[in-house]
This record gives sequence, C-alpha cells and structure tokens, in this order.
Amino acid sequence: MTEVLTGPRVARLALRRRRGGRQGSHVVAHVILATGAVLMAFPFVWQLIMSLSTNAEVQSVVPTFWPSELRWQNYATVFERLPFFSQLGTSVWITVIRTLAQIILCTAAGYAFARMRFRGRFLLMGLALSILMVPSQAYLISQYQIVQGLGWLNTVAGIVAPGLFSAFGTFLMRTAFLNMPNELEEAARLDGASPIRIFWTVMLPLARPSINVLAITAALWSWNELLWPLLVSTYQDQMPLSAGLATLVSDKNNTDYPVIMAASMLAMAPILLLFIVLQRRVIDGLAHSGLK
Amino acid sequence: MTTVVGARPRRADRGSGRVAPGSGRGVRAGGEAAARRRDGAWPWLFVGPLMLGIAVFYLWPIIQTLYYSFTEWGVFGGTTWIGGANYTRMITDPDLLSSLGNTVLYTAIVLLGVPIAVGLASLLNLPGLRFAAVYRVLYFLPYVAMPTAVAMVWRMIFNGDHGILNWVLGLVGIDGPYWISTPGWAITAVAIVGLWSSLGFSMIVLAAGLKAIPDELYEAAQLDGASRWRQFRSITVPLLAPSIVFVSIVTVIGSFQLFDLLYAIMGASNPALPKSMSLVYWFYQAGFVDNEKGYAAAIAMLIFVLIGVVTLIQVRLQRKWVSND
Repeated sequence: MTEVLTGPRVARLALRRRRGGRQGSHVVAHVILATGAVLMAFPFVWQLIMSLSTNAEVQSVVPTFWPSELRWQNYATVFERLPFFSQLGTSVWITVIRTLAQIILCTAAGYAFARMRFRGRFLLMGLALSILMVPSQAYLISQYQIVQGLGWLNTVAGIVAPGLFSAFGTFLMRTAFLNMPNELEEAARLDGASPIRIFWTVMLPLARPSINVLAITAALWSWNELLWPLLVSTYQDQMPLSAGLATLVSDKNNTDYPVIMAASMLAMAPILLLFIVLQRRVIDGLAHSGLK
Repeated sequence: MTTVVGARPRRADRGSGRVAPGSGRGVRAGGEAAARRRDGAWPWLFVGPLMLGIAVFYLWPIIQTLYYSFTEWGVFGGTTWIGGANYTRMITDPDLLSSLGNTVLYTAIVLLGVPIAVGLASLLNLPGLRFAAVYRVLYFLPYVAMPTAVAMVWRMIFNGDHGILNWVLGLVGIDGPYWISTPGWAITAVAIVGLWSSLGFSMIVLAAGLKAIPDELYEAAQLDGASRWRQFRSITVPLLAPSIVFVSIVTVIGSFQLFDLLYAIMGASNPALPKSMSLVYWFYQAGFVDNEKGYAAAIAMLIFVLIGVVTLIQVRLQRKWVSND
C-alpha cells in the first residue's frame, strides 16, 4: 500500500499507529470485508436479475448472468395475477397500526412503571416481564380462539390484535424513563402541570431515541411476520404480503419463477427503502439494544 | 412471533425472549425520587390499556394452553380432559427426536455466525477504515429483509437442477445435492440462510461492544510487546464477552423458534418436509394442519421448557466463562 503522504495523512497514520499499530492491515481487512459484503448482497442482486429474466433463462443449467432482454413486464404481471395492492394495503395498515399502538401503549406504561408509584406496580411489572420468557408459539392456539370468538378472523383487527401490546417495548421504554433526570419533571409539577401534560410535553421529547428503536423494531417485525397472519387469514386478498408470498409458493402449479421473484422484490422494497433512508438511525439504535 | 420483539425478526423471527435493553447512560435515581410520591389514579390510566391487552392476549392464553395440553379436541370442538396422555404420546413420537435434532443442527450452524461476526466486527472497527458505513449497510441488509421474500431467491439458489450454488460447486468438481428436497441437506440449507440473515445484527451489536473498549488497554499491551493476536485474545475477547453472550442468547432463542424460513424455503408440499421439521414447525403441523390442538399445546409447553433450560445453561456458562478470564 504505497501512498503519497501529505500532511494530514501523516498525522492520521501516526494516530493509527499510536492506537495499536493497525495501519497497513487495511488491505487485508478490505479484501475480507468486501468478499463478505458481496456474498451478503448477492442474493438480492440475483433476485433482481432473475425477476427481469424469462422462465427459461432462470431455469437454464448454466446460469444466465444477464438476461437477453430486461423484462420489466414481469413486474406488471405481478399486479395482474396477484391481489398485490390489497396485500400491500394490508401490510401497510397492520404495520402502521401496530407501530403506533406500541409507541403509545408502551411509552405510557413504561413511563408509569419507571416514574409513578402505585399499588401493585411490582406485580404488574412481574406479569409483563413473565410473558417475555415464554416463546410466542405458546400463545398461538389460545390467541387464535380469542380472535375467532371475537369474529375477527380474516380482518385487519384480527391480524393486529395481539401485536398491539408489547412487553419488550414496555421495558425498553421503562429503562429509558428510569435514566432521565428528575429536575425537569419536578419543575413542571411545581408549575401545576398534570401528569399527562408532563408526560406529553416534558418526558416524551426526551425519550425520542428509545421511541425510535421501538418504532423500528415494531415496524420491521410487523411487516415481516409470517406465522400469525398465515393462521388468521385465509383469503388471499386480505393477507399481508408475507403470508401472500408464502401461499404463492406452496401452490405447486405456480412455476413462473421470474414473476415470483418480482413479487418478492416488490414485497421487500418498502421496508428496504425505508432502511436505506434511515440506515444510520436503524443500525445505531439496534446496535445499542444489546448494551446494558 | 408475537409482539415481544420486533425485528424478526429474523429475523428471525426474532423470538419473544429478547432481553429488555436500556441505554445505561445518564442519571439513574430519577425513578426512585418520583416513587416516593403517590400519584392517585393517573398510573392506572397509563398502564391500564397495556395491561388489559397483555392479560387478554398473553397471560390468559398461557394459562389456557397449559390446560389444553392435558386435553383432547373433538372434531366439532369441545375438549376432553385426558391427563398426561399428550405428554406420553409426545415422548414416543419419532417426530420429537427428528424435530429436536433439526432444531439443534440449525441452531449450531447459525451459531457459527457469532465467531464470524466477532472477526468481521473487529475488522470493521479498525481505526480509519474507509467505507465502514457501506459495509455496515450491506451486512445488515439481510436482517431487515422479509424472510418470506428472501426465501424465494434462496430456493432458486439451492435448486438441485438449475441452482447457481450447484453450478459453482460443479466448477470445482463437487456434485451438489438436491438441497431443499433431501432430508438433512434441507435443514442445512435453511440454516445457511439463517446465518446469512442474522450475521448483520450480531456484527453491529458486537461492533458497538468493541467501541466501548478503551484504546489505552491496547496501547499498554503494545508497549508490553503483546502481538496483535495476543491483544485480540487477552483484551478484545474477555471485554467483549457480555456482548458475545448477549448475541449468542438472542441467536439461540431465535433459532429455537425457527419457522418462517423453513416454511417459506421448503414449501408445504415438499416431500422432505416431514423429516425436516423444526420444533415450531412440528407444533404448527400438529395444531393447525392436523388440527390436534391439545397435542400442539403440549408441544408448545415443551418448546417453552426447552428454551428456558437452554437460556439458563447459557447464563450459567457465561458467569463461569466471564469470571474465569
């Protein structure tokens, strides 16, 4: 790695050397990281290529790395053959509803658990915590019955109902509120503000970073979730995209691979675009979800 | 797959057991000072809606499922108490061993991603590394992608006749198997996808843990003439241990709840499916395909106990490992 060393560059290299003598290894690091990155990104690229190919090209024994012609009409076919827009609509709906509900319910409860005193506080916290330890499948049979009993099968209400409430989110928000200084709250109280006003105008703005993490996890999970929507919706045009795609493949007769690829690309696109726009926040937020 | 955790979820479906996080910075004690006051009816307004939902959709179901695991379901509804019959049937069911074995195999392969992630994260944290942000995004992309959608392309990659993987293997003279229609290979293929989709999450959590290790330690070690490998072993690994443990626990809990990827990659009509089920798939099969909900409830209880035991073992190991070093 021969480089012309200019002033600031020398300073930076000196700094690197001081911080552990790791200069010079960057070529190796880049080779390893880039190889890995190519492997990680390859399936997405391959999916895009296949979505623009013909069925024969997709199924040729020697892979077609570039289709003879880019067949954008495969994407048009998705809209003709599948209730794509209604599935997209369901996905958007359930994601928005559950994300908003989790933000409202979890911040409110997390705030009360962190900063209010009331009888039964520890009992309620213990109960909420206990559901974190149980794998989600354990609830499914009974949740299904409840939703069925309410007449909510095949409705948006049925898909979203259990996911409106999150113990994970509640404890995430509780920790956030526990870590906040007391002075602002006291000052607002002395000014005669009601608890709900203090919560809304003083505490919520301070909790923004944690609310972001909550919103990201809720939205990601909601958009991508498969098993529950698959259980409670039986009609293709009322399913979210995840379940719709899964039923598309379990249909043995459907072997129009380029169209399946195009549909998958379209199903992933909204959340991937959102991620690319918000990448810094998403990655930083989730990275610190692991630190105590 | 329920609320508890978000992001897969990847992913996994990121199972329910994720550890409640917190930022750990800032002043504590705020809560305690506030706690000395009574707030009247206000708290109930704040926690009421959430607790009502949790009671209806989580607490009640868990009690009910425990009850159901001792019952048999009639064809037209209605349940009969049959004692422990579901549990004795479960123990002799060959599906128990195969789905448990598949789940453990899947988990083991996905766990291989943790050491890989440690290595990649330390490369990513090299001071002054260019394009670090680009790498982070590329590695993280699979974690946010919908499992059902990426499953579609992986099916094609693994295809025995015209998949690109077998074509590449053919270039080096290996005759690749029919990945997703051969028992054994199928779960391996799904695990490779599981590793691929969880690697980015492990990596960024570990990278954040690495950032928290003070530079002075490395400087001191270097003055003492410690090699870089030695520094990695004696400083990085022990100080990163809490993050490594966290990532491993999340990975194991998520892996034990394998369903989405398996379902979407294999497809319901796959002939290899009966021998490739995971525990959760077995539960789904029993409860919602074969419609034996009492039996499925017993399987759910087994999964619950297994995840509890495995998590406990990991926490114990962590204490031993972290304190010995």
